[in-house]
Amino acid sequence: MQTLKTKVLVIGGGPGGYVAAIRCGQLGMDTVLVESGRLGGTCLTRGCIPSKALIHAAGQFEDMARAARAPRFGISLSGAPELDLAATMAWKDGVVGKLNGGVAALLRRAKVKVLAGHGRFTDAKTCHVETAEGEVIVEAEHVVLATGSEPVELPHLPFGGTVISSTEALELQTLPKRLVVVGAGYIGLELGSAFRKLGAEVAIVELEPHILPLYDRQLVEPVRFWLERHGVALHLGARAVGLAPDGGGLIVADKDGAEIVLPADRVLVTVGRRPATDGWGLEEMAVERDGRFVRVDDRCATSTRNVWAIGDLVGEPMLAHKASAQGEMVAEIIAGKPRRFDPAAIPAICFTEPEIVSVGLDAASAGPEAIVGIFPFQANGRALSMDSGGDGGFVRVVARADNHRVLGVQAVGQHVSELSAAFTQAVEMSAVLEDIAGVIPAHPSLGEAFHEAALKALGHAIHI
Amino acid sequence: MGRYLFRLPDVGEGVAEAEITAWYVKPGDRIEEDQTLVDVMTDKATVDMTSPVSGLVVAIHGELGELVPVGSTLVELDIEGQGNAEHEPAEVAAAPAVSRAPVAAPKPASPPEPDAKPVASPPAVTRPEVIARPADEAPVAAPATRRRAFEQGVSLQFVPATGPGGRITPEDLEAYLAGGGATRSIAMGPAQRTAVNEIKIIGLRRRIAERMQDAKRRIPHFSYVEEFDMTELEALRGDLNDGRLEGQPKLTLLPFFMRAIARLQPEFPHVNARYDDDAGVLQAHEGVHIGIATQTPGGLMVPVVRHVEALDLWDCARELGRVTAAARDGSATRDELGGSTITLTSLGTLGGIAATPVINSPEVAILGPNKLVERPVVRGGQIVVRTLMNLSSSFDHRIVDGHDAARFVQRLKRLVERPALLFVDQA
Repeated sequence: MQTLKTKVLVIGGGPGGYVAAIRCGQLGMDTVLVESGRLGGTCLTRGCIPSKALIHAAGQFEDMARAARAPRFGISLSGAPELDLAATMAWKDGVVGKLNGGVAALLRRAKVKVLAGHGRFTDAKTCHVETAEGEVIVEAEHVVLATGSEPVELPHLPFGGTVISSTEALELQTLPKRLVVVGAGYIGLELGSAFRKLGAEVAIVELEPHILPLYDRQLVEPVRFWLERHGVALHLGARAVGLAPDGGGLIVADKDGAEIVLPADRVLVTVGRRPATDGWGLEEMAVERDGRFVRVDDRCATSTRNVWAIGDLVGEPMLAHKASAQGEMVAEIIAGKPRRFDPAAIPAICFTEPEIVSVGLDAASAGPEAIVGIFPFQANGRALSMDSGGDGGFVRVVARADNHRVLGVQAVGQHVSELSAAFTQAVEMSAVLEDIAGVIPAHPSLGEAFHEAALKALGHAIHI
Repeated sequence: MGRYLFRLPDVGEGVAEAEITAWYVKPGDRIEEDQTLVDVMTDKATVDMTSPVSGLVVAIHGELGELVPVGSTLVELDIEGQGNAEHEPAEVAAAPAVSRAPVAAPKPASPPEPDAKPVASPPAVTRPEVIARPADEAPVAAPATRRRAFEQGVSLQFVPATGPGGRITPEDLEAYLAGGGATRSIAMGPAQRTAVNEIKIIGLRRRIAERMQDAKRRIPHFSYVEEFDMTELEALRGDLNDGRLEGQPKLTLLPFFMRAIARLQPEFPHVNARYDDDAGVLQAHEGVHIGIATQTPGGLMVPVVRHVEALDLWDCARELGRVTAAARDGSATRDELGGSTITLTSLGTLGGIAATPVINSPEVAILGPNKLVERPVVRGGQIVVRTLMNLSSSFDHRIVDGHDAARFVQRLKRLVERPALLFVDQA
C-alpha cells in the first residue's frame, strides 16, 4: 500500500476541483487531485458542455427541418433532414473528450498528481483512494472538498428503466418518441426544448404554477411562448404521481387531484440537484453541515481546520463558474494570500429557446426605489439580421433611482448568453447607468441593446 | 454691429473657476484687440485676459474677488461685424437674487429682442463629492479594489467614496490607507467618523487665510498681557448707559478703548502706524483709524472707524455700530474696510483669559480686551471685590520694542482704570 504525503488534496475533478488544483500547482504547492470519473466533472462530462452541444445540434436540425417544410432565407431543402442521434452523441462525446483531455493537460502542466479512483476519508486529512494499481493513502495538510452534486431522485419515480436523469438523457442513442419532463427548471427546459427540436413529442410537468419559477414572469414569457408555439405541453401546478402500471406513461395529478396519464417512452426527472455528500467519508471529517450542504464561511473554510469545501457542495447557486471562482480562491488562501468570496453578482444562464441571462437583482427584488430600462431586440439590427428579433427578447437594466448604480441586468433572446460577461462586469465594477451609456457598443451587435437599455433607464433611448 | 461675449476661457488643467482680481475696462470703454480686459487668479497663477476683438465694452460681469466658472461671460462687447452672442443678454440687474449682475451696464442701443431669455446662471461647478454611507448600506467597489482592501485589512464600510453611485475608487482606498485607516481596529461602540470633507477655501475665507499667513510670515509678533481694574470704568459706563438720551447708542467697552488709544497717539506715534516693509518706510499716522475685528457670517472682517481722535465717546460708539453692522450685512465699502492704523479685537463674553492676536498687517499693534470678571483682590490691606479684565496685545517687534509696548499698555491702563482721565484735556 502506497502512502502519499502532499500539501493539498483536492477531492473531485469538476470545475471547482480541477481549477483549485491547477491554481495550487501554479502557486508551487504539492497537489493531489482525486477523481473517480472523468476529469471535468458534471459540468464537462454530463452537464453544461454536453447539453450545450446537444442543444446546438438540435438547433441545426430544427433549422434544416424548417427549411425542408418551407423555404427560409431563400433556402429550401428537397427532403427532411434525418437524425442519427447516436452520431450526434458521438460528436458531443468528441467535444467532451477534447475538453477532458485539455483539463488533464492543464493539470499535468501545473504538476498536479491526478489519482483516478474513488477516494474515502478515514479522518479529515487522510484519504484512501482505490486506484487501478491498488489502494493509495493520501495524507494532506489541506483538503479541498469539491465533490459536486447529483440529480435528485423522486421517491415515487426512481431512476432506472424509462425514468432517466439528465445524465442518461445526454447519452440516449435513440430519440424518444414521447418525452415527459418532470420539473420545469432550467435543466428540464433546456433538454426538453432540445429534444423537441429533434422531433420528440415533449410534455413538461411542473409543481409550481410557472415554468422557471426562479425567474420573473417578464423574463420567462418568451420561453413560455416558444414552448407553446412549438407544441410543448405544459402541465403546470401538476404533480408527477408515478409511472402508469403498463409502463407506457406518467400519471400526473393536477392541482385538484384529478389524474391523467401522459404517454411517454422516457420520463426525464429534473427536479434539482443535491450535494454529493455520501459515500466518501464526509462523516469521518467532523465538518459541520448546513442542511444538506457543507457549512463554510466566506473563505470556503469548513468547521475543520484546513479542510475547505467549494462548489455545489457548499450551497446555491449550484453553478460551475461559482465553483471555479471558489476553487481559485481557496488555492490562494492555502498559499497564504488573504482572500474571501465576495462577488457582487454571479451570472446565471438558461440555454432555453430563447436564452435567458440573469445577473444581480431583477426589478421585483430591487424594490420600488429602482429604475428599469428595457430595450427590445425587435429594435436591434443585429438581432433582426439573425432572424432573432421576433421572439419577444429584450435587455433589461435595473438600477438604483438615487445614484443610478446598476443593480442587475437581465436579458432574454437568442444568443444573449454571450452578453453575460458584459452584464456581470457592469455589476461587479459597480457601474452606474451613465457608465453603460458612455461606453460605445459596436454596431451591429446585440450588445447595443444593453447600451440602449441603460439609455432608456436614463430616459433618452435613441432607437425606441 | 454684433454682440461679442468674452467668456472665461479654460485657463489651465483642472481649473474650473477663477477669481477676478483686477478689472482694466469699464462699460463704455473702447478697446483694441489684445488689450487687457481683466486679471483672473486661479489656484496656480494670475492670468491677464486680453481681448481677441476690438470694440465697445457694453457690460462687465463679476465683482472683484468673485469666483467665476470657466465659460461664464466676463465682458460684453459691441463689435464691427458679426458677434458670437445669440441673444441680447437680458437685464438681469433688475433681479437682485442674481449675484452676477452686470456692473453698471448701460442700456443696449437697441431694445432687447422680445424673445430674449434671461441669462441662466451657470451651473454650480461640480467637484468630487464624498459620499457618506449609511451604516446599513454595503459599500460598493470594483473587485480589484475590494481585494486590495481585504488584503490590507480594511473594511470598505469605513472608506469614504467619491465615485459615481457611491463607488469606492482605487484612489479612495489609497487615500484611506495613506491616512492610516488600515491600522485602526473597528471596535464596538461609537462608530468612527472617517470622512474627510474637502472644503475649498475661497472668497473671504481665502482672503483671511492669505492675510493671516502674510501677517504671521512677515511680522515678528510679540504679545503682552496686563490686568486692568475695570471697576471704575464699568461704574461710569453703567451710569452713561442708564442716562443716555434718545438716539444715543448703548456704550460697550470699545468706545472707551478707542478714546484711550486716540489720546495716546501723540505720545506713541510709532504704535499708530503702518509699516511698508518692502519700502522700509513706517507711516506714522497722526489720525487714528481703528480697525474693529468683526465676526461676520462669512468670517472675520475689519471695518474701520476713521479719525477717532476727532470723535467723542458717543460718536465712537455710533461709528462703531455703523461700520460693524455694515461689515456684517455686506454693505461696507472698500473705504470702510481698509486704511486702519491700529486694530481692536474683542471676543466679548467669549474673551477668555488671554490671547495672542495677529496684527492686522501692515499695522504694528493690535489690542484685545479679554473677559471681565469679578474677583477678590487686595486693596489697601483689605480684600475687596473688583471687576478685572486682562488686555492682550501684540506688537510688531521690528518697530515696537518691548519696553515701548509695555509703556504703551501701562499708559492705556492708567487711562482706562481712571476713566475721568479720558475726559481731561491734559492727562
